[in-house]
Amino acid sequence: MNPGAPAVEPRLEATRNACKLCTPLGACLVFRGIRGAMPFLHGSQGCATYIRRYVISHFREPMDIASSNFSEATAVFGGGENLTRGLDNVIRQYHPELIGIATTCLSETIGEDVPGMLRDYAAARTGIPDFPALVQVSTASYRGTHMDGFHDAVRATVRALARTGAVLPRQINLLPGMVSPADIRHLREIVSAFGLSAVVLPDYSDTLDGPAWADYHALPAGGTTCAELADTGRSVATLQFGRVLALAAESAADVLQATCDVRACKIGLPIGLRETDAFFRQLEEISGRAVPESFAGERGRLVDAYVDGHKYLAGKRAVLYGEEDLVVGLAAFLTETGVMPVLAASGGKSGHLRRALEDAAPETKAATQVLDDADFAQIETAVRELKPDVMIGNSKGAKLARALGIPLVRTGFPIHDRFGAQRLHHVGYRGAQELYDRIVNALLEQSQAATDIGYSYL
Amino acid sequence: MIPATAILDERRAQVLRNGEAGGDVACGKNSAAGSVSQRACVFCGSRVVLYPIADAVHLVHGPVGCAVYTWDIRGALSSGPQLHRNSFSTDLQEIDVIHGGEKKLERCLRELVTTYHPNAAFVYSTCIAGIIGDDIGAVCRKATTEYGIPVIPVMSEGFKGTKKDGYRAACEALATLIGTGDTAGLGPRSLNILGEFNIAGETWIIRDYFTKIGVDVVATMTGDGRVPDIRRAHGAKLNLVQCSGSMVHLAKVMEERYGIPFKRVSYFGIEDMAQALYDVAEFFEDPEILRRTRELVRTELAMLVPALRQYRRDLEGRRAAIYVGGAFKAFSLVRALRHLGMRTVVVGSQTGNADDYRQLKELCDPGTIIVDDSNPVELAAFVNEKGVDLFIGGVKERPIAYKLGIGFCDHNHERKQALAGFAGMLNFAREVHATVTSPVWKYVPRRRLEPR
Repeated sequence: MNPGAPAVEPRLEATRNACKLCTPLGACLVFRGIRGAMPFLHGSQGCATYIRRYVISHFREPMDIASSNFSEATAVFGGGENLTRGLDNVIRQYHPELIGIATTCLSETIGEDVPGMLRDYAAARTGIPDFPALVQVSTASYRGTHMDGFHDAVRATVRALARTGAVLPRQINLLPGMVSPADIRHLREIVSAFGLSAVVLPDYSDTLDGPAWADYHALPAGGTTCAELADTGRSVATLQFGRVLALAAESAADVLQATCDVRACKIGLPIGLRETDAFFRQLEEISGRAVPESFAGERGRLVDAYVDGHKYLAGKRAVLYGEEDLVVGLAAFLTETGVMPVLAASGGKSGHLRRALEDAAPETKAATQVLDDADFAQIETAVRELKPDVMIGNSKGAKLARALGIPLVRTGFPIHDRFGAQRLHHVGYRGAQELYDRIVNALLEQSQAATDIGYSYL
Repeated sequence: MIPATAILDERRAQVLRNGEAGGDVACGKNSAAGSVSQRACVFCGSRVVLYPIADAVHLVHGPVGCAVYTWDIRGALSSGPQLHRNSFSTDLQEIDVIHGGEKKLERCLRELVTTYHPNAAFVYSTCIAGIIGDDIGAVCRKATTEYGIPVIPVMSEGFKGTKKDGYRAACEALATLIGTGDTAGLGPRSLNILGEFNIAGETWIIRDYFTKIGVDVVATMTGDGRVPDIRRAHGAKLNLVQCSGSMVHLAKVMEERYGIPFKRVSYFGIEDMAQALYDVAEFFEDPEILRRTRELVRTELAMLVPALRQYRRDLEGRRAAIYVGGAFKAFSLVRALRHLGMRTVVVGSQTGNADDYRQLKELCDPGTIIVDDSNPVELAAFVNEKGVDLFIGGVKERPIAYKLGIGFCDHNHERKQALAGFAGMLNFAREVHATVTSPVWKYVPRRRLEPR
């Protein structure tokens, strides 16, 4: 425990209002970011349906996830036959280019050799034209959170698809983590401004934020292609976001470095000036080009906004919660603006949150209470004691924020009590700008609402 | 035309065009592996039915997913305690899966019961609890003795059947509560409301009608439900069952055990709502109740019918697709849409039975596609072929409609607008009108096919 940070009661053993989702959800999001890919859950039907509903409520886009639909007999005698029939049916109905097979607790617990089953399945179908690539990831939800499922699926995908070959000197791999579709579009814009092309994994910027359709698409257009994913082994470097992820045992960037000799550049999720500067420095170094003028302008405007707004934020105290790397990124950004995160909470339990936080935002060392493996009951206890000026996180904190009259700035996943989550920017100077404006305005609204005067000029 | 691959071979018997050759719609089957069924699982069925009981702890025994996806996402309102809007999980970890989760379950129960002092606790079994063989029944029995409140196991392992089996497990759980309370003071004109979940306050609307006609409501199961009411539900003289799939089983159990007759009703639409009230009036054979019922229906219709006229003018001749959980609701919707001048050209459900589909065949026009346990690829093909203007479904169907430039009405548990009762019919008409006549459809790229 740090000096200045109040002690928190230990959480109950029962998880009350979890601040995390289950592993297969993360894997399904990753597969949705690959062109022509169909996510497939090996296990009970409910897992697929629940995850679909959750993802749809946030992105407001179709999210089909197939399931091998275990019955009681399947659970007893094994899911091999269901897997085979399920894959056959998905191929028939969806004509996918890739099927991303994530396991569920059920198939994991009965101890199935899913990789072996898939090898047999594919071997029996060699030579069939347009036979999809199969990528398998183990995602038992009693191990980790949706972010573990997400990163494991990214790693499994590059492990399965990346091939070595002549280096493509102007191509990088970009592994952004669980950012918004708008963020992914912005990241592509940034990378191409440096004269580089990026293979982004996952890229659900179109599949989970697409246009209205003339005809129905069983699989939405967009996403990174299998050919591009094969070429991840030929990129000049891999840029991987997330300081917590960087401390993990083996991430996708490590796999690409080990198997294809692609240089791994691990940086923080670029939220705020410092983390975005680090991102741009990396791009300068890789591309050999200076930061393009347009982005220098964005940076300048962001600093200008920091100045214009600094008195509104001076001394404000924030509670942050959500995915570990998002919380770290937000903390790095906020400490630049004069807002002190008094609580950084996550349902994740990598064990690296504290260290990542202090690396990204040394200011937090004395002032920020860190809760990992937290649930919302525990967060509520802390918030009631800390009485912050603002909360920043997903919709699941809305009830608490409302009960205590604390403004909530919505970021992360899920945002299903507000509109437009797909289009929120977080990364780059532009993302920081948007977040900054939202936070300042949330606090202004709060202080306006608290008086009878109703200033029309501030 | 529907693309050849839209319907999987093993599902062909579950799709029927009304009036064309062929027998009944096949149903009651497990979903085909690899089909993206709109159904969830056994656990979901149980959780939906029991969720609105507001003074109970609902503890999901399993890894975190099952609990977290069902945290405060439904619109089932409570007039008092809000305990049901929490998500409690034993959050099983790998170590628990290896060594068993009973001890953890015991400890979690203790924490929750001593923290929240609920009137009962429901413990939901999940796939993993079932597979590792935790004896949830034994843990619950022990806890019941220890804490002096009913701690009830809900045998809802996800893989042990379909959502319908989950309904049944929930009914079994409720049946253990019923009969344990004191029925003193319950009058001769009293009923229980079953299969009404108080989405957006609908139970209150219905309850108010019964109060007006002079009938007491003993327990509402489970909308705005309370454990003490449910415990004495066996003192009521009649069970009214809506949402046939979910709670007929409980009504049958209560008929057997306590001799309480039941009637199947629906509160959606004009005829069905009025019929439900008349059925009750008839049952009690009380001229005063009948008089009050007539008066209530007359007053409500005098307000409702003129108000509907303006909507009907704009909606006349439009076509609708319906895909809902239980088929019983679909009957009401087909009839309600007729009042708005709309034709149902696609109708389906996740859990309908053979009887339900036969009734749908009788009710619907020739050519209407009737489907059991459908999926997005099929549904998109059907609505495209039929050129519909409106899709009635839940959140999972919404993007199918919107992507194709079709109006949408949410008739699932997430809805925030009351659609039951006479007041609900007006809300329904407004919502349908608002979506079907929106100017936004002028700008969408949808290729409108000639309706067949």
